[in-house]
Amino acid sequence: MSAAEEVVAEGHEAVEAVPKRAMTLSTGTSLLVLAVLLIVPAFVKNFIIFQMTMLLIYGLAVLALNILTGGSGQFSLGQSAFYAVGAYTSAVLMEYFNVNYALTIPVSATVCFGFGYLFGKPALRLSGVYLALATFALATAMPQLLKLNFLEHWTGGVQGLVVTKPDAPFGLPMSQDVWLYYFTLVVTLAIYIFSVNLLRSRSGRAFMAIRDNEIAASSMGVNVALYKTLAFGVSAGITGVAGSLGAIAVQFVAPDSYTITLAISLFLGMVVGGVGWLPGSFVGAAFIIFVPNMAESISKGLSGAVFGVLLFLVIYLVPHGARQIAILGQQFAGKLRKN
Amino acid sequence: MRFGRTLRAAALVTATAAIALTSGAALAQKKYDTGASDTEIKIGNIMPYSGPASAYGVIGKTEEAYFKMINDKGGIKGRKITFVTYDDGYSPPKAVEQVRKLVESDEVLAVFNPLGTPSNTAIQKYLNAKKIPQLFVATGATKWNDPKNFPWTIGWQPSYQSEAHIYAKWLMKEKPDAKVAILYQNDDFGKDYLKGTKDGLGAKASSMIVMEESYEVSEPSIDGHIVKIKAANPDVLLIYTTPKFAAQTIKKTAELNWKPLQILTNVSISVGSVMKPAGFENAQGVLSAAYAKDSTDPQWANDPGMKKWNEFVDKYMPGADKSDTSMVYGYGAASTLAKVLEMCGDDLTRANIMKQAASLKDFVPDTLLPGVKINTSATDFAPISQLQMQRFKGEKWELFGEIISGDVASE
Repeated sequence: MSAAEEVVAEGHEAVEAVPKRAMTLSTGTSLLVLAVLLIVPAFVKNFIIFQMTMLLIYGLAVLALNILTGGSGQFSLGQSAFYAVGAYTSAVLMEYFNVNYALTIPVSATVCFGFGYLFGKPALRLSGVYLALATFALATAMPQLLKLNFLEHWTGGVQGLVVTKPDAPFGLPMSQDVWLYYFTLVVTLAIYIFSVNLLRSRSGRAFMAIRDNEIAASSMGVNVALYKTLAFGVSAGITGVAGSLGAIAVQFVAPDSYTITLAISLFLGMVVGGVGWLPGSFVGAAFIIFVPNMAESISKGLSGAVFGVLLFLVIYLVPHGARQIAILGQQFAGKLRKN
Repeated sequence: MRFGRTLRAAALVTATAAIALTSGAALAQKKYDTGASDTEIKIGNIMPYSGPASAYGVIGKTEEAYFKMINDKGGIKGRKITFVTYDDGYSPPKAVEQVRKLVESDEVLAVFNPLGTPSNTAIQKYLNAKKIPQLFVATGATKWNDPKNFPWTIGWQPSYQSEAHIYAKWLMKEKPDAKVAILYQNDDFGKDYLKGTKDGLGAKASSMIVMEESYEVSEPSIDGHIVKIKAANPDVLLIYTTPKFAAQTIKKTAELNWKPLQILTNVSISVGSVMKPAGFENAQGVLSAAYAKDSTDPQWANDPGMKKWNEFVDKYMPGADKSDTSMVYGYGAASTLAKVLEMCGDDLTRANIMKQAASLKDFVPDTLLPGVKINTSATDFAPISQLQMQRFKGEKWELFGEIISGDVASE
C-alpha cells in the first residue's frame, strides 16, 4: 500500500464503526426519559423550561450532525448555515406572510433539505478534512450573506428580525414557554423516531456501509453519490427544523446568532455526546448549554480557559462521550441483576 | 401564636395601605418591586466577556468596581447594590438566555447597560412585555429612543446617526463643495453612520458623496480599500470604523502621501489605542466629535472629575490599562444609574425607576466634557445627545466650536 493510500484509509477510520443497535436506548430507558421530560415543566420555573426547550433544539441540531457524521461518516462544520436558513425561513414566513409558526417548520425542513442536497452535490468530490473545510467556508459566509443589501428587505440586514412568540392554542391554560416546550418536545420526538428508523432502514445501512468503507460499499451496489448527498440533505433538513424552533423560542434572528461558533459548538456537542449515538446528541446539547455557564460561575475572567479544562477532562476521561458512560451504566446494571 | 402574628401583620398592611391611600404622596412610603429591599438593590447586566467583542467586557468590570465603591461608601440610602453580570458572548440567543436567568432566577430589579445592538434587540421585547427596565443600553443605535413603543427601554450614549448629522452639518457649512468618500464597517454601526450622514446632507448627498466603501470587521487589513478610495480622488474622507481600522486608515493615507480632510467617528478617538498607533504626525488635523473626556489626554490631568476617575481606577481596578476608553464609559454609565437610584428614594419600583430615568435634568457625570449634560423627559429617551467638534493637534484633541445638539427621533 502506498503512503497516499494509507492516508486515505486512515481517513476512513476517522469515524469509528458503530453497530446500529448501539445507536439507540432500550425501550424501557426511552420511556423513562420521555416521562421525565413530560412531567418536569410542572415543577420548575419558566426560565428552566426555556433552557430545556433550547436543550431540545440544540439536541436536534446535534442529532442532525450525528446522522451525517456518525451515520454516513462525513464531516461538517457548516451546520450553523443550515440552522440559519431554517431560522430565517420561519422568521420571514411568520413576520411577512403571517404564516402559522407550526406550518413554517415543514417549509424550513424542505428548504434546508434542498439547500443541503444541492450543497452536498459538489461537496461529494471532497472527503474527510477537505469536506470539513468546504462546509467551514459555508458557515463563515452565511452571516455575511444574510447582511447582503438585496436580501435586507427580507432579512432585516444586520438589525435582524423580531419574531412573535406563539400563545398556547385552544385556550389551554399554560404559559407561552410551557406550550413551546411541549411543542418542541413533540417535534423532537417525531424527528428522533424518524432518525432511528432511518438508520435502521435500507438507507441507514447504506449510510453506514459508506462510512465504514466507501469502496466496499460501492462494489456491493450502494449508490455512493446518492446516499452521501441524501445524508447531507436529511442532516440539513433536521438542522433547519432546529433553526426554526430556535428562532421561535428566542423570538429574534440576526446574522450574529449564526456564526461559526455555533457550528463548532454543535460539533463539540456531538463529540461529547458520543459520535454515532443518537441519544447522546441531547447530552451533548446539555454540555454546550450548561457547561459554559458553569465555567463562568467558576471564574468570569477565565471562563474560556475553565471551559477548555472541563472539555479536556471529558475527552480525556471518557473519549467516547456520553455513550461510554451509558455502556458502563448498562454493564453495572447487568452485574447487579446477576447478583 | 403564629396565626395571631399573621393577623397582626395583615392588619398592619391594611392600615399602611389605608394611610398610603389617604395621605397620598405626603408620606414617603417604602415601596419595592422584586429585586429591591431595605438592604439591597439587585441590578442585572449582560456583557460580551468572551467572543468577538470581548474587548468591551472591561465596561462590565468597571461597573462592577464602581458599585463596589458605592457600597464601600455605604450604598445608596443604606442599600447595597448587588451587581449580577453574565457573559453573552455577543450572541443574541445567549443574551436572551442570560437575561431570562437574571429576571426569572436572580430576580433583579432592572437590567442595566446591556451591550450590543443585536443583543439588546433580542431582549427588548421580552423585557418590555415583563415591564422590567432596560436601562441605559450600551449601543449607539437610534432605535432605543422610542418611549411610545418601548417605554421600558432607554439609551445612554449619543446615537451614531445624530453624530453623523453633526458631521454633515459641519461639512455643509465649512466645505459645501466637498467631494466626500465614506469608509464604513458593514454592520449596523457603520450603516447607521452612513444613513445619518446622508440624512444630514439631505438633497446634497448625491452630489457630495463620490464614494461609499464598506469593509467586513473580519478583514485583517483595509489598505486595499484606502487605495481604491484614493483613486476616486475625494477631498474629504469620513472614517466610520472601529479603533483598529481607524488607526490603519490614518496610517495608510499618510503612507500614500494623500491628505484629504479626515473625520473620524467618536467610537475610535482614543489617543492611546488609535492616534498613537497611527502615528501622531499622521493624525494631525483629523476631526471628530466627543462627549466624554479622554483618559489619555493630558489636558484633563488637573480636571476634578478625571481626578476622581483616576482615584477610582487606582483603588478599585489596580493594574488596569487607563488608556482603555471602556473604563471611562463604564464609569459614566454606572454613575448615571447611581444618580437615578438616588432620585428614586424609597420608591424602588420598576415604574418609578423608569420615571426617574426619564426625569434627569442637567446631570453631569465626572467623565463628560464640560458643557455636555444628561437630559431626559417622558418623550426624550436619549440621555446624551450633545457633542463638541474637536481637532487633533500635537498629541491631543483640541475642542473647538460650541456644544452641538444632534437629537434624532427614532422612526
